[in-house]
Amino acid sequence: MEHIRTPKVENVRLVDRVSPKKAALGTLYLTATHVIFVENSPDTRKETWILHSQISTIEKQATTATGCPLLIRCKNFQIIQLIIPQERDCHDVYISLIRLARPVKYEELYCFSFNPMLDKEEREQGWVLINLSEEYKRMGLPNNYWQLSDVNREYRVCDSYPTELYVPKSATAHIIVGSSKFRSRRRFPVLSYYYKDNHASICRSSQPLSGFSARCLEDEQMLQAIRKANPGSDFVYVVDTRPKLNAMANRAAGKGYENEDNYSNIKFQFIGIENIHVMRNSLQKMLEVCELKSPSMSDFLWGLENSGWLRHIKAIMDAGIFIAKAVSEEGASVLVHCSDGWDRTAQVCSVASLLLDPHYRTLKGFMVLIEKDWISFGHKFNHRYGNLDGDPKEISPVIDQFIECVWQLMEQFPCAFEFNERFLIHIQHHIYSCQFGNFLCNSQKERRELKIQERTYSLWAHLWKNRTDYLNPLFRADHSQTQGTLHLPTTPCNFMYKFWSGMYNRFEKGMQPRQSVTDYLMAVKEETQQLEEELEDLEERLEKIQKVQLNCTKVKSKQSEPSKHSGFSASDNSIANTPQDYSGNMKSFPSRSPSQGDEDSALILTQDNLKSSDPDLSANSDQESGVEDLSCRSPSGGEHAPSEDSGKDRDSDEAVFLTA
Amino acid sequence: MEFAELIKTPRVDNVVLHRPFYPAVEGTLCLTGHHLILSSRQDNTEELWLLHSNIDAIDKRFVGSLGTIIIKCKDFRIIQLDIPGMEECLNIASSIETSEWRLSYVNKEFAVCPSYPPIVIVPKSIDDEALRKVATFRHGGRFPVLSYYHQKNGMVIMRSGQPLTGTNGRRCKEDEKLINATLRVGKRGYVIDTRSLNVAQQARAKGGGFEQEAHYPQWRRIHKSIERYHILQESLIKLVEACNDQTHNMDRWLSKLEASNWLTHIKEILTTACLAAQCIDREGASVLIHGTEGTDSTLQVTSLAQIILEPRSRTIRGFEALIEREWLQAGHPFQQRCAQSAYCNTKQKWEAPVFLLFLDCVWQILRQFPCSFEFNENFLIMLFEHAYASQFGTFLGNSESERCKLKLQQKTMSLWSWVNQPSELSKYTNPLFEANNLVIWPSVAPQSLPLWEGIFLRWNRSSKYLDEAYEEMVNIIEYNKELQAKVNILRRQLAELETEDGMQESP
Repeated sequence: MEHIRTPKVENVRLVDRVSPKKAALGTLYLTATHVIFVENSPDTRKETWILHSQISTIEKQATTATGCPLLIRCKNFQIIQLIIPQERDCHDVYISLIRLARPVKYEELYCFSFNPMLDKEEREQGWVLINLSEEYKRMGLPNNYWQLSDVNREYRVCDSYPTELYVPKSATAHIIVGSSKFRSRRRFPVLSYYYKDNHASICRSSQPLSGFSARCLEDEQMLQAIRKANPGSDFVYVVDTRPKLNAMANRAAGKGYENEDNYSNIKFQFIGIENIHVMRNSLQKMLEVCELKSPSMSDFLWGLENSGWLRHIKAIMDAGIFIAKAVSEEGASVLVHCSDGWDRTAQVCSVASLLLDPHYRTLKGFMVLIEKDWISFGHKFNHRYGNLDGDPKEISPVIDQFIECVWQLMEQFPCAFEFNERFLIHIQHHIYSCQFGNFLCNSQKERRELKIQERTYSLWAHLWKNRTDYLNPLFRADHSQTQGTLHLPTTPCNFMYKFWSGMYNRFEKGMQPRQSVTDYLMAVKEETQQLEEELEDLEERLEKIQKVQLNCTKVKSKQSEPSKHSGFSASDNSIANTPQDYSGNMKSFPSRSPSQGDEDSALILTQDNLKSSDPDLSANSDQESGVEDLSCRSPSGGEHAPSEDSGKDRDSDEAVFLTA
Repeated sequence: MEFAELIKTPRVDNVVLHRPFYPAVEGTLCLTGHHLILSSRQDNTEELWLLHSNIDAIDKRFVGSLGTIIIKCKDFRIIQLDIPGMEECLNIASSIETSEWRLSYVNKEFAVCPSYPPIVIVPKSIDDEALRKVATFRHGGRFPVLSYYHQKNGMVIMRSGQPLTGTNGRRCKEDEKLINATLRVGKRGYVIDTRSLNVAQQARAKGGGFEQEAHYPQWRRIHKSIERYHILQESLIKLVEACNDQTHNMDRWLSKLEASNWLTHIKEILTTACLAAQCIDREGASVLIHGTEGTDSTLQVTSLAQIILEPRSRTIRGFEALIEREWLQAGHPFQQRCAQSAYCNTKQKWEAPVFLLFLDCVWQILRQFPCSFEFNENFLIMLFEHAYASQFGTFLGNSESERCKLKLQQKTMSLWSWVNQPSELSKYTNPLFEANNLVIWPSVAPQSLPLWEGIFLRWNRSSKYLDEAYEEMVNIIEYNKELQAKVNILRRQLAELETEDGMQESP
């Protein structure tokens, strides 16, 4: 709290990004965890909540006659523009936020003060919802080829790996330790995914410290052991996910890649995914395009291309597809690494697993996948997503790219995933929100030391509790798309990868489809379920009455009124069936505004809002409001909008007034 | 333009007809282009056919939600129709009433304007003689006619060819009078010229031009720039080329997509249509739309504005009627525009994917409002196919007069008669449709306007998984309907049994 210079500023204006002439007047509050803007307008009192941990950049712009503008860009792609009347207030807010958005201690993060009012038991249950031991069991482990190793107990071999690791049975502790000494940060080859249909596996590690000529017998034996653990194949793919040039440059620093001559029976392969710095700049460029005011189609497409973002997404997908094919079609095991084996390796292993195993395409399975390939294997969440103040060069949208890959797959296989787009968006949001403890720190070791599980809540339990919001209505466990491997076309075409406006422009509601097919179908399915119940009830009652009449007994079932059935009437149906009505229960949310409150902040405000956590994907009944978007989104539509006050524009009005 | 244009509700059930000497008859009321028909649907005797031109006056009254229309005919007969539902009643009444507008047969022999249909709707106060004069002042004889009447506020969309002002600023009093006659007292209107100011000015050198504000002081002119002819055709050729490019370089795909400019055209057309709709619905102002000939970009804009404004045009029948009115009858030269498509090398200068661009724009709106259209994407694809090659006569010729000369109605089948068969129709029906009576405002931001994959990537990628998803969607909805029906039957049965039960008990 000592960092808050001014807790409250009045007469602040929140600028509507779509039509900048419109701004909401209100009061700005700074709390220990949130920036809150409350509109003055008495009938709405709309609130916009922004978590400090979501703040990416704060920009103080040149003071104008109306005040001092403050631009806040968030990690969940929300952009907030405030105009604060007094320069001094603006400065105070700016300085406070700079500090608040860059906490230096974990204890300052929101998850340590966030309290969803669950008792201790519920919290503990939340943390065991996703259980990796169970997951390895599901894969069919341990078995004749793979065993659980305790070599890393107390993180003795590698401090960024988990304690629970699966290694080939023939890999002795001696081999493991030897191999670990020959790998960057001692991240030796371990199992990521086991494909029980044919014994092939996906293993992961960091780069070998081969330099120009170094070798390591134990490391060579380790790869041998991986090959032997797959009796169906006489070679192992080694996939280096870096561009060849980068890998070669690493050799000069005593690192590098496997020499095919030294390792028997490996097939070495480069797959050029760029490093975190390239990715950070690429996202930056793409977000600049998303931020453009009224871009032309060429501005947009050219900027999108220039950002290279979709090219990078394709590279990650291509790597995942290659590995999935090697495993499922060639029956070969694959060892994946990049430099440290915690960014590109995590992306590629998880994409490949998702393609191979339908379990990871379910709600719970997807949580498991993130828990396994990202959280447990030491993806550096704290550094990559800037939870604590740190080196800005460490920040990079690595998991964002993975989440987008999943979305791209969902677009191509609409029935294959149990979850919907909203699920992905909420996970992305919470990776940055620090509201739950799951994504804190850089490794399992750090999390244990910090006693995260005792002190914070798990996101997975929260998502699971609200799972009905995240279901894909088209998913059916017995559908052909939910069986086995997802097969992408052999020559993946460029046009398969599309811009994801639902993520990067998610706060600009006007740009999203105004009616949600997902929500519509979910409502239909819900109604269907009620109908099924009613049908059963009716059949039962009918049978009873018929029996009574058959027996010709005098016992008259005094069924009071026919309206007795389970509280379900035709009028309810029609409501459930109308897309416009979805907003009926959304009314309490500022659903359309780009400045919509952070979803779970509602959680602290009122408990009953808990369920409908994020209305941002919901159908919007306020269809007519699209008109404002039009006038300003179109390059000339706005200028030529025929309102009386727009008389200072180019050709049209000149033509009118010059000749007049 | 045909009279059917004015029909808001083509059919109402449970109407009660009272007429002299006959007992009251309950039946179905139908409005056609020329007749008002009431049929008891039992035998032929219980039928009333009334020519609209026989109607002299109409009165309407309401008692509760029951409406009554009293029609007084020119032969002195008076008949009364009791219509359930007030709104229907108002629609019927207004369909027949034409207080400000009239049908004109001035183009009966296609003599005044070869690309117009024989019957058009014009302001009541303008006589046929004036229309003939105006026709000489408008490109191709295309004098301003009614395209759309916005029921909500009485504002209209008119369309025409460019005024032939030339370099010396020729004017035409009748033209000014005609378009001013469409304005309510004290109201201003907008002229949306689909050409940029520059292009419009250049057109003067060739005898064309635009409305000078000095002569049309009540009108404000807005220029947009929608491309025409070979520019559109080249855009299509480039786009299709890009889609067929099998190289695996993501960037080349995006730059080729960008270079084709197809989506730029989509954005421009949609923006203009939204602007027209905004004038009508938000500004409460009438609009006159034209480009050069008034047969291409003009029709894109007038028809898309109706999709936005008029819920009926988002139904299957309504959309068919829209195409009939705004494209076929309005004289879009299908034969010329759709003679060749993207793969032809011999380019003729009048080929252009004007209609395809329109369908793409409709698809864009459909994508943004997936529950507001009665038809699905396949319907649009089917229309695209038939516009370019068809076993039906509907899209043949360049105008109504050509189709008349070719005697297409006698010699060919209509596409609509085929499509409207229930078995065909089911392919084109959107299972998500829920009537939406609102004006729908699409977003025209580039982020909201993707490539129409269903058309352009149709032969380049398998749609198996997407088709499966569609099927799944249909199944979910069909199963729901099935259950609904079952539950209703059981409810009824149960209610019957229970009352039977009650009756046995009570005596």
